[in-house]
Amino acid sequence: MENETTRMSTEGYSLFYGRFKALNSIDIKIPSNRITAFIGPSGCGKSTFLRSFNRMNDLIPGVTTTGTVRLDGRDVAKEDVVKLRKKVGMVFQRPNPFPKSIFDNVAYGPRLHGLRNRSDLAVLVEKSLRQAAIWEEVKDDLQKSGMSLSGGQQQRLCIARAIAVEPEVILMDEPASALDPVATLKIEELMNELKMNYTIAIVTHNMQQAGRVSDYTAFMLTDQNRAGNLIEFGATKQIFTTPVDSRTEDYISGRFG
Amino acid sequence: MTSGTRRTGLEKTMKTILLVSALASLLIVLLIFIFTMKEAMPAFRELGVWKMLSGTTWRPGNGEFGILAMIAGSGLVTLGAVLIGVPLALGTAIFLSEIAPGWIVKIVRPSIELLAGIPSVVYGLFGMVVLVPLVREIPAPGNAGFGLLAASIVLAVMVLPTIANISEFAIRSVPRGYREGSLALGATKWETISRVLIPAARPGIISAVVLGLGRALGETIAMIMVIGNSVVLPAALTGNPLSIFLSRARTLTGNIAVEISYATGVHESALFATGVVLFILIMLVNSSAGFLLRRGARR
Repeated sequence: MENETTRMSTEGYSLFYGRFKALNSIDIKIPSNRITAFIGPSGCGKSTFLRSFNRMNDLIPGVTTTGTVRLDGRDVAKEDVVKLRKKVGMVFQRPNPFPKSIFDNVAYGPRLHGLRNRSDLAVLVEKSLRQAAIWEEVKDDLQKSGMSLSGGQQQRLCIARAIAVEPEVILMDEPASALDPVATLKIEELMNELKMNYTIAIVTHNMQQAGRVSDYTAFMLTDQNRAGNLIEFGATKQIFTTPVDSRTEDYISGRFG
Repeated sequence: MTSGTRRTGLEKTMKTILLVSALASLLIVLLIFIFTMKEAMPAFRELGVWKMLSGTTWRPGNGEFGILAMIAGSGLVTLGAVLIGVPLALGTAIFLSEIAPGWIVKIVRPSIELLAGIPSVVYGLFGMVVLVPLVREIPAPGNAGFGLLAASIVLAVMVLPTIANISEFAIRSVPRGYREGSLALGATKWETISRVLIPAARPGIISAVVLGLGRALGETIAMIMVIGNSVVLPAALTGNPLSIFLSRARTLTGNIAVEISYATGVHESALFATGVVLFILIMLVNSSAGFLLRRGARR
């Protein structure tokens, strides 16, 4: 971990829903061009924490935060949220392609950010679909609705859509939990290729998945006040073989959760 | 009797009852159409369908029964109501579903629903007392205040609750994932609304507008009170083509309501023919909505 460049980080980051504290003073450094997995039982705040990196929690009324979240050393709270979300893409639990054509789905982000030229768009759409490993399956009819694809294809389309705005970080919130094992495997293979160019943070319920795909693993757990805490963070191999904290060990070995 | 056969029996009875209820509305529509048509036949036969539809003079005393002026009147006032009412209603729907904080929604939505409950004759009074004098201020030769513009505004307000309510529901029903997906790509709120939410809610919005159109075409008493009721083909009063909306007019519905109490013979039959034309116009509007919806679904 010492030799890694930090892409995103938090310092003393807490989040409140109204008066209820959901995240308790989290410090973490997410290394660049690596896959960092967040694991922990349901309700431990891992999704909420992930959504802090692109400020999706801003949408929820009554949410307040203390501490800082940084991207490349800069406080994201002070950044223009539109620019932040261009740099920090997100893939959701349920595939959510827009009810538009495959092409328009991928071109959606670039068009927002000012790309109008048709041939440039076509090049970018193809590149993004190739990177998301779905080009071969859809290239014959890009005008087909994105909704007509299978669940796994829809999720890869959503990854292509996120890639198309050329982000630095891709946040994935249980991206395979609604998919069958074959589609899940494809997404995992894809993540491995994507980390060459992107920093990836993934929330997963599935410990095997975290073990398979991630370089680093963060284990989160709620304390007696039901606030989410970061219990342990380290190289995935270390977390899964020689966890330092006994709670991590209990969770990894399936004693609870 | 075992409970099994009793349940199957109930199942069959319910199925029949439901089928009958569903067929009832079809039957009623058919009956209304057949009887209106039957009453309209003498006029169509005596005067000729095309001559009635294309005729611009309506002089029952002279045996002239052209209803083109009324078709134009209904068409133009509905167009006017759509031009004014749809943007207003959509704006309301978007504001209530996406922008307004909860407490504003709690005030605005009931007041819109209240709007839907006001009897149309009261809208007519409001139009006569408030809108007509205002419209009369527009300088144009022959502008009496009574006419298409005042009627369009009244009608726009009358269809507003229908269109706003259904559109708001349609926009609210767009899955949250679309909203989040768009925002997460760096879209602003307005970009998300205009590029994702409204297109996704399109079928619902189209249904809303069609329901509004149907209501607009059918509105009678409020129109009689503000539109002027002259049987003239609406025409621009000045060089500006928009001044056509300052013209007096008569709607198909108004034509029937104003004259049916004293009409006899061919005159009476011609009023039924007016009803048939109205009926067909509304069917055309509804089927064009179906067409638009199918085209939307293909994309």
